[in-house]
Order: sequence, then C-alpha cells, then structure tokens
Amino acid sequence: MNSQFLIGYNDKDTFLHRLSGSTKLIGFIAFSIIGMVTYDTRFLIGILVFSLVLFKISQINIKEVSLILKLIIVFAALNLLMVYVFAPGYGMTIYGTQHMIWRNPENYFNLSWEELFYIFNLFLKYTFAVPLALIFLITTNPSEFAASLNKIGIPYKTSYAVEIALRYIPNVQRDYRTISLAQQARGYEISKKAKFWPRVIGNAQIVLPLIFTSLDRIEVISQAMELRRFGRDKKRTWYMEKNFKKSDYLSLIVIFIIVLVGVMLFGVNGGRFWNPFK
Amino acid sequence: MKNNGNNSIKTVVATGIGAAIVFVLMKFVAIPTGIPNTQLNIAEGFLALLGAIYGPVAAGLAIFIGHTLNDFVTYGSPWWTWVITDGLVGFAFGLAKNKLDIQSGVLSKGKLVWFNVYQIIVNFIAWVLLAPSGDIIIYHEPAKKVFIQGITTWIINSLSVAVIGTILLVLYAKTRTKRGSLKKER
Amino acid sequence: MTEPIISFKNFSFQYESQSEKTLDQINLNIFPGEKVMIAGASGSGKSTLGRCINGLIPQAYPGEMSGECLINGKPLNNSSIFDLSFDVGTVLQDPDSQFVGLTVAEDIAFSLENDQLPQVKMHEVTKKWSKKLDLTDLAQHSPQELSGGQKQRVAMAGVLIDESKILLFDEPLASLDPASGAASVKLIDQLAQKQSLTVIIIEHRIEEVLKGGIDRLVIMRNGKIVANDSPQKILKQSLLEKLGLREPLYLSALKRAGINLVECQNIDQVSRITEPQINQKLFEWNEHAKLSKKVKKGSTLLAINALSFGYTKEHPIIKDLSLEIKKGEMISLVGRNGAGKSTLSNLITGFLSPVSGSIKFKGQDLLNMSVKERAQYIGYILQDPNQMISKTMIYDEVASGLLLRGFLEDEIKQRVENILRICGLYEMRHWPISALSFGQKKRVTIASMLVLKPEMLILDEPTAGQDLKHYTEIMTFLEKLQQKNNLTIILITHDMHLMLEYTQRTIVLDHGKVLLDAEPAKVLTNDEIIKRAYLARTSLFDLAERYQLPSATDFVAKFIQAEREDRA
Repeated sequence: MNSQFLIGYNDKDTFLHRLSGSTKLIGFIAFSIIGMVTYDTRFLIGILVFSLVLFKISQINIKEVSLILKLIIVFAALNLLMVYVFAPGYGMTIYGTQHMIWRNPENYFNLSWEELFYIFNLFLKYTFAVPLALIFLITTNPSEFAASLNKIGIPYKTSYAVEIALRYIPNVQRDYRTISLAQQARGYEISKKAKFWPRVIGNAQIVLPLIFTSLDRIEVISQAMELRRFGRDKKRTWYMEKNFKKSDYLSLIVIFIIVLVGVMLFGVNGGRFWNPFK
Repeated sequence: MKNNGNNSIKTVVATGIGAAIVFVLMKFVAIPTGIPNTQLNIAEGFLALLGAIYGPVAAGLAIFIGHTLNDFVTYGSPWWTWVITDGLVGFAFGLAKNKLDIQSGVLSKGKLVWFNVYQIIVNFIAWVLLAPSGDIIIYHEPAKKVFIQGITTWIINSLSVAVIGTILLVLYAKTRTKRGSLKKER
Repeated sequence: MTEPIISFKNFSFQYESQSEKTLDQINLNIFPGEKVMIAGASGSGKSTLGRCINGLIPQAYPGEMSGECLINGKPLNNSSIFDLSFDVGTVLQDPDSQFVGLTVAEDIAFSLENDQLPQVKMHEVTKKWSKKLDLTDLAQHSPQELSGGQKQRVAMAGVLIDESKILLFDEPLASLDPASGAASVKLIDQLAQKQSLTVIIIEHRIEEVLKGGIDRLVIMRNGKIVANDSPQKILKQSLLEKLGLREPLYLSALKRAGINLVECQNIDQVSRITEPQINQKLFEWNEHAKLSKKVKKGSTLLAINALSFGYTKEHPIIKDLSLEIKKGEMISLVGRNGAGKSTLSNLITGFLSPVSGSIKFKGQDLLNMSVKERAQYIGYILQDPNQMISKTMIYDEVASGLLLRGFLEDEIKQRVENILRICGLYEMRHWPISALSFGQKKRVTIASMLVLKPEMLILDEPTAGQDLKHYTEIMTFLEKLQQKNNLTIILITHDMHLMLEYTQRTIVLDHGKVLLDAEPAKVLTNDEIIKRAYLARTSLFDLAERYQLPSATDFVAKFIQAEREDRA
C-alpha cells in the first residue's frame, strides 16, 4: 500500500546503497545549493550528467519513478511558460545583448536567443536535483534517515520528529480514508456534486476527526516515549546509524571538489552567469 | 515536579504527527476554487490550530518537514524558498499561542478577529515579500512572474486560514474541558 | 517478611479537570514476584492506579495527591517518569501508539538508544530479546506489517530490555483476537517466572487472565479497593457477580447446575476444579434442560453472490463469497485478523468496490448506489469512535445525521433524547465529547447511527473496551432492537462471550471465504475451526469435555438458552 503514495526505499546492494545516509544527505544538500545559485550552464549540465550516471549506478527502475517524472515535466513546463509570458525580455536584460528569433510589431511575446537560453538554464535548475533526490529517497533506508540528520548536526529531537512523521504517515493516510468514507455515509457531501461552501464545510468536518484522533495520538505517543526515557539526555545513539567508511570519505572529497569548481566558476565568469553571447 | 521534560517530548511528537498530517492533507485534500491551478489548502488551516496548541517550534518544523516530504514525492526535489517561507509562517502562527490561549476553552470573537488580521499580515509578509524575494535572489527568476505567484498564494492561503483555520480553532476550543466543570444533569 | 515492592498508604488522587476524587484512600501492597490483576468497571479508577505506578501521574496527568505511594522504594511525588521507568516497564493498551520505531528492531532498541548505549552492544541486546519473544524473523518488519499480537510482543520486548523488575499491562487483551489474547496471557506467565518479575495486569476480562494463573485479584469500584484477595477466595464468594463484573462462564454453568461454589477446590482453573457432586449434577442438569425448536427465518434482506475483491490479482482478499442474510437476524462475523471481515463490511457499505459478484439489499442492487445512499439502509459503526465523531458536543453529534437529512427540530430533540437515555448518555448530553472515556464515546457513535433507524446495522467490535455493565446495556439494547423492530444486526467481533450469548448465527471467515456458517455453540465446540480462525475455546466446552457430557455442543447451547431465558 505504501508504494502507491510514496516512492519507497528499495533494498538493493549498490555502491550508493552502501554509502552512509549522512554522506548522501550532505551531497544532496551541497549540490542543491550550488546548483540553485549558479547560472553556469556548463556546470549545470555537468551536475545533471553526473547525477544521471549515479542514477544509472543505483539501479533504480525507471518505472518506479515514471509518475513523478511526468509531474515534474508538467510543473517545469508551466513555470517556464509563465516566465516567458511575464518577462519575455528578461534574458536580454541579464545577458545584455539582443539576438532576436522573431518579433511582432507590438513587441508582445518577442523571443530572443537570450530568453531561450535563460529558460534553458532555468529548466536545468528545475531538473538537475531530481535524479539526486530520487537516488537519495530510493537508496536510503528510512530508518537510517533520522540518524543521518542527527549526524550532520541537526538536534536529535528534531531528527526524531522526522522519524515520527515517516512512521505515522501510513497511519494518517489510512485514517483519512476511513474517516472520509464514514462521514460521507453520515451524509456530508464532499464530492464534486457539492457546491463550494458545503464542500469546504464538509471537508472541515472530515478533517476534524482526523485531527482530533491524531491529537489524542500525540498524547499517547509522547507518554510511550517518555516511559522509555526519550528526551532524558542531551544525546542519544542510533540503532540504524551507519558509520563512515573509506567510500564515504572519498565521496565527501568528490563532493567538495565539485562544489569548489562551482564556486571558482563565479570568479571566472565574474558573477553567477556564464554568458556565451559576449 | 518537572514538567519541562514532558512538554519538550510532546513538541517532538506534535512536530512529527503534525508533519504527517500536513503531508496527507497537502497530498489528498485540496478544494478547487474555480481559478485554474489554485486550490484551498486545508493544511494551512490545520497549521493555525497546530500553532495555537503546540507553539512556534512544533508548527514551524511540522510544516517545514511535511512540505519538504510532499515536494520530494510530488516534484522530486523541494522548492526551498517556498518550503522555508512556509516554515516561517508556521512559526509565526505558533507565536499566537499565548494570546489565543486556546486551552482555556474560551475563544472570544475579538481574539478570532485579531488572529485573522494577524494571519493575513503574516501571509502577506511571507508570500508577497519573502518568498518572491527569495526566488529573485536565489533562483534569479523574473520579478513579475514570482510576484504574481506570490500574491495569488497570499490570497488563497489567507482564505484557507480564515475559513478552515477559524473553524478548527473554534471547534477545538469547544472540546477543552473547563476545570472542575463536569457535573451530571438528570 | 519481605518488603512490598509497591505500596499505597491512604493514597488519594484527583485529576485537575474532575470535580471528584478518582482514587480514594487506596491501601495496597504488592510484593516482589507477585502476579496481581486489577479489575473493575470503567471509571473505577483502575487505569488511574496504573498511571500512579509508572509515574505518568502526576507528571503527564496533573492533579492533587495525598497519602503515600512508594514504587520500589521511591516516593511517587518526587520521582520522575524517567526515574521510575527503570523499575516499571509499561505495556500500553494501544500497541500501535507505543510502536514508535520504523521497524521492529529499532523499536525494541528505543530505550537503549535513549540511554546512549553503543551500537554494537545495542545490536547484541536487541538480538537477545528478539529471540526471547520470538521476534527474530520480524526484526526488519514495519509496524504496518504486524498483527496486534506481534505488536504487543514488540512492546513487551521494548520494556523488558530495561531489565526492570515490575511489568505493568494496561488492558493487554483489548486489541487482540481470542487466540492471540490467550497466547499473550500464557507468554506473560512464562516471562514472569523466567525473569522473576512482578506483574500487574489491568483488565476487565477476568476469565481470560485467570487462565494464566494469578496470585491476587484486586477489584476496584468508584475509586476504592473493594476486594483484595486470592482469586480462589473471591470466586468462591461469587464476589465478581455481586460487584457487577463478569464471572467465568464455567462457574455460571456450575451454579446453574446447583453446585455450591464454596465447596469447590481449584476454582480458578476449569481444568482442575473439583467438587464431589459436579459430575452428577452436570449430567442431571444437562438431561433436564431441553433445547427449544429453532425459530423460523424471515425473508432475505441481504444477498451476496460470488463476491470477489483484492488490491492485486495475485492476492484476493475476498474470494468468490456467497452469503444470505435474513431479516431480523443477529449475526456474528468472526475470524482472524486479515481474514476479510472488515473488507466484507466495507464492500457492503460501499467503502470498497468489488472486482466481481453482486450484493443485493431487498432485491435492489447495492453496487449501483453511493456510500451515502447505502447508509440509509445499512448503518456502519467503526471500531474507533474517534474516527466517527465530528461534533464537539454529545447532543450535536447524535443529532447531526438527522439534521443532514432535514428532520424538524422537535422530532430531532425527541428522538435524540430518547436514544441518549437508552444508551446511558442522557445525563451527560451537554458534555464535550472530549471529556468521555473510550467506551462512552463508542456509545455516542452507536447512538448517532441508531437515531437514523436503519434496517440493518453492522458494528465493528461494538463492545471492545466496555465493562460488563455497559456491555450488557448495549447488547440488551441491540437485542431489543432486533426483537421489537426486527432490525438485522451484524457484529464483527473477537469476543467469544458476545458471539455465544447474543447471536443466533456465526459466520466464520478465513482467507476471504466462509469457513463455517452455523450456530455459535457449534462453532465454539469445533476444535478444527477454532484453530483455523484463531478463536478460543469456551470454558463451557472444556467443562463438558472434562465430564464427558453426551454432546458438548448441546450443553453449550442449553446453557446459553437458559441464560437468554433469564434475560428475557
């Protein structure tokens, strides 16, 4: 049932599966940040290719992620269209040159090579992290996740909150379904047949038992955790923590080098943009 | 008696369960408003209640975690500027905890009006100022595009909190037992 | 003489939100190595007493305390939950909330993680306890993949790992099927002996717990201890019956046969009970009692034909199932967890759609109707009342179904108040629902369905977590509805008493098929069926077998018939 909603961990034995969750987390965050900031097309393509290679190594079945890929394409396309519609001249402002592909007399929806290039860069930025995120989700055992967060410096209580979220999402999903149907049987209308307001009220009525059941659960779970001494000390150990091995240190060095290249390119380009038009 | 321990554990659990609820609400419960691509998000209304009960840390982290997880499984990778903004909104809602004092079981009209003015301002700062600025600075997106997205989100989210958040706050307050008040009536 | 490990002296406690004391002048000593059962009706204060033992009171439940309470030498009023957790291991009623790890192994290790044990040591100790509780093969499983009984074993391992000497169980049988419940009772007994534990079990299902052997039975009522003695003595005096608790069935049968319990030896075990006249008197009674003719059956109400359902083709949950339900029947639907009971009722109410087959209600095709339309004929009551309650006040909750169906205010008021009286909620009608106990909330949801006057009711575990008084109230009420209004009632249940005492027909499901469709007495005297469907033998059957009565099934049926006649 889980896999219907969540992209789940698959238990294979590849290089990426063996890496510590912390290493993968650091890698994902580091690449995300540098990729968010930079507009160097060569660098972005580089990371994208690199992450696609990792994707291949991790032996993830493309079927597992096909739905998500479709959603991402729709999401990216909508955003890129918006950028073009609202700011067709933005590319020219950034790159400071003008190479028109076509223009119309009223100057609406002009398209320049600069704009197209800018949008292409945006597209890379929307997508480069996706393979990395998928690799992270699919090759990291969720049980190891909280331990990894704690290892990279997140307080253990916050890390455990994430573990609780992962633990109880299936329960909340199941509760939501049960409650929703029971309330519909009572006579609340939430289907498309209902008008806007009745539908809002109907939904609030459904969410109410869900929330109250869950609030009760918060009480019981905190008692259960307290009875087993959670929160007594300033630190805790983790059953599922993976210790760093040689491959982790090597990977961290590679990550560091790539990020360093990204940073150095700022200097080379004299800013965040790589400008091929000059 | 040491009550602090229990409260901090409760905050941890409330954060986790809150995040799970946010995730499920974001993924499965959204009511179309009629305007394409915009929907009334029940999760934002729930956030108001979570903040009023458990305070800024639990509400801020819960929406941050829930939103991140949801972005991960829907879009592959989180859109960080918006996720962080959402976290700040949760934090701000949590700051209203003491003023609302929902555990007392009394929630006057005045308090509700105050909270709604407050939340509209919070949402304005978050979605019209912070999130678009973040998109411009970090992602370097065109201002016009991100401000239009931001203003739409401001209106929708304020509306979600005004309607669903208010309903939840009122109903929750009603369930609070007043101290020593329960007597059987024949 | 040894010192008590737990001792209450003139101890009283009042919750902040209550206007009366929940515990009133408690005096109780529990000695090391004892196995004590604390029983009592809901609201008697037995759970509150448990919360004092593990320190949740006063830390998590603030209130006013007086008197003295020592837990393993530590005074309750200045010990934290953390301090006490080394002495007392608590297994909570809801195993799903206690299970905080993502997998079995992690959950067992949870307290070790908090004690900052090094990982290597942690793996070693966890392995040891997984083995002891037979969880080794499940170590990597998620809680969603476990049954109630397995989750409870995980909870036990998770507290036993602390090597604490006191083990506290809060209603351990509430969420288990009969077979798992029996296994659990047995396991507790074994652990107690092997680890020389002091065990405290809070339960109202006395017969099941007694099976595992109990040193002392403490009975609570209105916040006071009203009996505190060996089970033998309490049973001999018929104190349970006098205090409104459920007496073991075999004792009721012996009494019916005219045996004086005071004369009995080993009264707490059906397998060992002796009294010179038992044999003769049982035979006489059995001979004397006659089974009445079966009642004639009504017209067909619900007809299910060749129904199949499954999320995937490889794993069907309901397989080619056919069934006919007559008007006015009271039916119990039983079977192990995952046998398809809930799925079947979800198919009937429209929460799920079948892959193939048909369901007809009075000849009309149900499959063409929406969830809401079906609800006008068939009321479905979920197991967890919190999942059904959408209003904050009792009155509003019960009235909401009528309101949504456009009834007039006067009629709503009259019907709601009438139902509230019947369900014993009238006095509390203006209370917020959040102030009610689990059992009271359950009654609210039953009331809110009954108020709609459906022709058929499906109740999922209607009496789970209810004490005898409320159980009898609800069941006599349902029985009255069945007889007077010719209502058809299906009860999904794990409660063998309920099935025997109140239903006329039992449908046993197994792997999505009907394993047996017969009278309850026949089902519960069939060892093969009992084993396959994870049911539990009734002690009446044990009694009949032990004294070799001509037909155990008839004996059980006769006893139930006599009980019913008394009730009428």
